[in-house]
Amino acid sequence: MSLKSRKILIKNGHVVDPSNNINDLRDVLIENSRIAGVAKNISADNCQLLEASGKIVMPGIVDMHVHLREPGREDKETVTTGTQAALKGGVTSLLAMPNTQPAIDCPENVRLLKDIIRQTASVNVLIAAAITKERLGRELTDMLKLRKEGVVALTDDGSSVDNAGLFLQALKNAKKNRLLLISHCEDKALSAGGVVNLGVVSTVMGLKGISRESEYKRVARDISLARKVNTPIHIAHVSCRESVEIIAKAKKQGVKVTAETAPHYFSLSEEEVYGYHTDMKINPPLRSQEDLEAITEALAAGIIDAIASDHAPHTENEKDIEFEYAEFGTTGLETELAASISRLIQTEILDWPGLVRKISLNPAKILGIDKGTISTGKDADIIVVDPEVEWLVSKENFVSRSANSAFVGKKLRGLVEYTIFAGQIAYKRQ
Amino acid sequence: MVWTKKDLLGLEDLSKEEIELLLTTAESFKEVSTREIKKVPALRGKTVVNLFYEPSTRTRVSFEIAAKRLSADVINIMAETSSVKKGETLIDTGTNIQALKTDIIVVRHNCSGAAAMLARHLDISVVNAGDGWHEHPTQALLDILTLKERLGRIKGLNVVIVGDIAHSRVARSNIWGLTKLGAQVTLCAPSMLIPPAIEKLGVRVIDDLGTALKCADAVNVLRMQFERDEKSAFPSRMEYFRNFGITKERLSKAKKDIVVMHPGPLNRGVEISSDIADGGNSVILEQVTNGIAARMAVLFLIAQARDISAGKTNEFKEQENIN
Repeated sequence: MSLKSRKILIKNGHVVDPSNNINDLRDVLIENSRIAGVAKNISADNCQLLEASGKIVMPGIVDMHVHLREPGREDKETVTTGTQAALKGGVTSLLAMPNTQPAIDCPENVRLLKDIIRQTASVNVLIAAAITKERLGRELTDMLKLRKEGVVALTDDGSSVDNAGLFLQALKNAKKNRLLLISHCEDKALSAGGVVNLGVVSTVMGLKGISRESEYKRVARDISLARKVNTPIHIAHVSCRESVEIIAKAKKQGVKVTAETAPHYFSLSEEEVYGYHTDMKINPPLRSQEDLEAITEALAAGIIDAIASDHAPHTENEKDIEFEYAEFGTTGLETELAASISRLIQTEILDWPGLVRKISLNPAKILGIDKGTISTGKDADIIVVDPEVEWLVSKENFVSRSANSAFVGKKLRGLVEYTIFAGQIAYKRQ
Repeated sequence: MVWTKKDLLGLEDLSKEEIELLLTTAESFKEVSTREIKKVPALRGKTVVNLFYEPSTRTRVSFEIAAKRLSADVINIMAETSSVKKGETLIDTGTNIQALKTDIIVVRHNCSGAAAMLARHLDISVVNAGDGWHEHPTQALLDILTLKERLGRIKGLNVVIVGDIAHSRVARSNIWGLTKLGAQVTLCAPSMLIPPAIEKLGVRVIDDLGTALKCADAVNVLRMQFERDEKSAFPSRMEYFRNFGITKERLSKAKKDIVVMHPGPLNRGVEISSDIADGGNSVILEQVTNGIAARMAVLFLIAQARDISAGKTNEFKEQENIN
């Protein structure tokens, strides 16, 4: 093999590419940064050979909900560490959330973040900007200018825009500027002070609960406003049954609504919080078993379109304290694929093409980027996955700067063997 | 039955047998407080630290007396909750107390789960003296001890708990303890003070006090804290007293010998009228007295378990005793 070779041939892998209806043994040839061919028995000279028999070959994950924390909270995560974690988890494109310090709410801050990304990112990092200045819910950001800087979506993630009139105007502006609005659905008047799902667990533990109403009433409001404006809306981190029902109904009526959930909402229930485990303190909270089932069914039924990690790194000092004082959130970049395989493929809730749709193809479509596919001529963002290997999630093995994973101590199945980003082997499992 | 637990965090974690062991141990310690010299040497050379993040007189004093009657050395630390976020963390405070070669921390904290968190991080023992809305196990033990003394049994009793169940660690610990020992527990409160899905803990909820009291053997009256932040959700004092106050008139329709308990401090005329608080059905001061024996039992069994587990691995201690 020549060192100058820019060709990679992935041999004998099981290619899962729903965009081309492929779910079969194929070889994949990569040349320079692009896919040069997908066929049976490709032979090529001067190329690096990756033997992939028994492995799944799929488009890299497109994770549309990631908190990289930079700028401002580099003690939790940076673009460098976050995108290295992404590579390990098989994520080749991600949408960075704007709740940084400062918030990504103006062209200057977008440029600041773009510079950091250009210098330090290992994967394709897309930028979401805030809907309102400083994410305070008072004054809308300049969406035209933000779009011109390359922002692909808008969200005040971490908060909802409480003022319905302002949110309606945001939808109108987003439509005019052809930007996607992503809604963090939470009515803080109903959830304030809550730290865990409202129900038997909050009762037994003596903790203030977060009701499901605080989520789904805002889902209903935001969808009805988007319907009025006739513009797309994306619902972030859906966690409860009623939200699913509202989204299902809206989809039937032709509203342009898409939705994501995170692996912890279909893998872990509120009972995980017993013992006051702060890594299980997440917003929205881990819900009841019934909600967990509803989320799982919604994935199978196509009501929930995408799986995204809501990767939310926090330092040990912010997590290893009294439950009420601990920060909300779990990391997810390095566990989302394995959690999805363990909970959805193993149980036959989704087949492989179904999972690749949820985790790669659909999020790419929602964001309007040309990813999530293994088509000749497209960017070579491909992962090779060992779907069988079982592993124990442990605090010591994270690439992310933070280790606050709700999956620590759990056994998961499936690991990324190779992550190929822009035609280069960017990660190889040790 | 041998006590083996390092900590006492709540009655939820205990078996029926463990609760019974605590009660019989407490019964045997009652006599100590009637002696002329109110002291036994059981915890001589042991150091007990009362770490209180919330103002509390009765629980702290009760623990202090209990430890002293067992001959332990007692240190009281009043910590400020406001400094929790900016100042030293609870875990750091705990590890420092441990580094002072102490044996048992008795902790009172405004956050649910604080005692559990401390116990996870420390090798020395942790006794929960009340954590947020979660549990107050020694209060429930002394309540149950008092009830058992008065009525001779717990199994089959109908016990009504009246008041702010949602925010009450006393209620939660009583629910666990009483149901494990076979009592039927009924909760009675305005609906906004009943937490969701509480029936799953094996209790009944009856919103009418008269109905709830009809066949009650005992009523445990919780302190109403009208100063809580969600003021708007609370009924007015007058309204509360009218519907849920324990009065002579109310009790005239209940069993004649119904036992009336209250964890204190009393809000006279709010949740209980003075004639009842001071009357023949009330065991409120017996509860206070029994608090000492209940806490002595907890400290004693935990210290004993520590010695047994240390003895297994520490032979030179035996040697030392022989010399």
